[in-house]
Amino acid sequence: MLRAEGITVTLGKHAVLRDLAFAAAPGQLTAVVGPNGSGKTTLLRVLTGEIRGAGRVTLDGEDMARLAPWRLALRRAVLPQVARLAFPFTLREVVAMGLAAGASAGRPEVIAAALGAVDLAARGAAAFGTLSGGEQARGHLARALAQVWEPVAEGRPAWLLLDEPVASLDIGHQLLVMRRVAAYARAGGGVVAVMHDLNLTAMFADRVFLLDAGGVAAAGTPSEVLTDGLLSRAYRAGLRVNRAPPDGQVFLLPQAAS
Amino acid sequence: MSVITAPDDDPRPSLVLVLALLGGALLLAAAASLQVGASGVSALGVLTGAELGTRDRVILWDIRLPRLILGALVGAALAVSGAVLQGLFRNPLADPGVVGVTAGAGLGAVLAILLGGAWFAGPWLVPLAAFAGGWITTLALYRVATRNGQTSIATLLLAGIGVAALAGAGTGLVLFVADDAQLRDITFWGLGSLAGATWGKLAVAGPIIAAALVTAPALARGLDALALGEAAALHLGIRTERLKSVAILIAAAATGAAVAVSGGIAFVGIVAPHLLRLTIGPGHRALLPAAALLGATLLLLADLVARTVVAPAELPIGIVTALVGAPVFLWLLLGRRGFGDL
Repeated sequence: MLRAEGITVTLGKHAVLRDLAFAAAPGQLTAVVGPNGSGKTTLLRVLTGEIRGAGRVTLDGEDMARLAPWRLALRRAVLPQVARLAFPFTLREVVAMGLAAGASAGRPEVIAAALGAVDLAARGAAAFGTLSGGEQARGHLARALAQVWEPVAEGRPAWLLLDEPVASLDIGHQLLVMRRVAAYARAGGGVVAVMHDLNLTAMFADRVFLLDAGGVAAAGTPSEVLTDGLLSRAYRAGLRVNRAPPDGQVFLLPQAAS
Repeated sequence: MSVITAPDDDPRPSLVLVLALLGGALLLAAAASLQVGASGVSALGVLTGAELGTRDRVILWDIRLPRLILGALVGAALAVSGAVLQGLFRNPLADPGVVGVTAGAGLGAVLAILLGGAWFAGPWLVPLAAFAGGWITTLALYRVATRNGQTSIATLLLAGIGVAALAGAGTGLVLFVADDAQLRDITFWGLGSLAGATWGKLAVAGPIIAAALVTAPALARGLDALALGEAAALHLGIRTERLKSVAILIAAAATGAAVAVSGGIAFVGIVAPHLLRLTIGPGHRALLPAAALLGATLLLLADLVARTVVAPAELPIGIVTALVGAPVFLWLLLGRRGFGDL
């Protein structure tokens, strides 16, 4: 379990997260949704150990604050929202940085496999800066995948913490990426993804945290959380969800908003 | 789908080949440096069994050889310091000069010249004062730019500009009260030269530079990861705060020692890593040792030019490196313009 309790983060005078509790289980894709500025990215940064507020974060029972960075790197990989690369590394070199930090270091074949998983198998030799925005986003995902390539290592789940993994992708690659990370969760790994696309969230998430103003407005399965009332209140818009016929999956059309 | 084949489209040349080529170039430059000089003594003659007179032995052993070794070490130190600082600041234009080490060392040196180093503490006072100035500047700078264990790279760069300006003003004040002979000393020291190389200076600077060169490659993986940003480097398991402290220490020690014995030699720290990134890529595992070899070679060649073009007099080497380095640097800037921000 990736668990956070009593998390309060104050940036400047503004409390970004207030006494927030969060939990994600391995084997599941846990989505974090909510309006802009609701604290999604800050929560993810707390979960990665990047910032520390009041409260406690535990990774499979161990206090995150007491885990050395290199130990943490063996067990969880992070896809940040924006990552600007300083020097002209090739795509393959960037993915190799993830590999070198993780538990699969010493298995160079993982690099090509990770590139294949995000549909960049042919672009390994390209300078990272010459790739399009969507390709760079997938390249960083390949780096994260290479770092924790095995969803379960030494009997422990590995974790992918993803900040908007599909925000800059076309619909084909959105589906590719969401299927890939959902498969990672089904294979026993833990996945936490900050999401803006509520339809993809409904399709792929096992559990959803809806954040609003630095707190958890609702948590549960997609059909429990993605409701007219909860979404309309959090997003300050009259939102109406629908259910697709065969299996009753939730979907949402902006056209139906009032 | 998984493709498990060795990549055959890798654009980087092999590390062993690159280091072998650079090592060969350094050996050639070193041989030329021993062979050529104003006196006409031939080092090759020694190999072919020619007898050396006392004068020739002194020229080879006590003038050219220490100068050769010192030049190679200073060139390597400047290039590796540049590469380390550029990795740390995630900017290929960062340079020992930018963080104020050079300016601080300069202030130390001119203070020593003004306070009469030439008479009273022999040839040691100026180098030691320059080294101390660079060291203190870097430590002070680091204290200013670090809060709660976090170093903001932007603050560090801006503080470097401020510290350099302050040290420059201090140097200006010293120049104002210096007499004509001191002014000449100070000017020549500032231009940089290897002319004063002795085994004694080598004994001061050599161990410090050697230690920095040997330690630097341990930073390679951390500096690579830092190219993705501090947060991403942390996520990749790098102790970023320790990485930054060690990088600053290594760069300050190497630059301080180099500037102390050779004065203000500019552009080696920017040009050598830049040229290498264009050919072997930015990975620091290859870049740091290659920068040491290329920096040493470039400085030996610059010194060769400096002491032969106007023989028997010689140009300050800083003029040669700036004359060659500055246009190369500007050309690199032009070539990279529009290639993202530098």
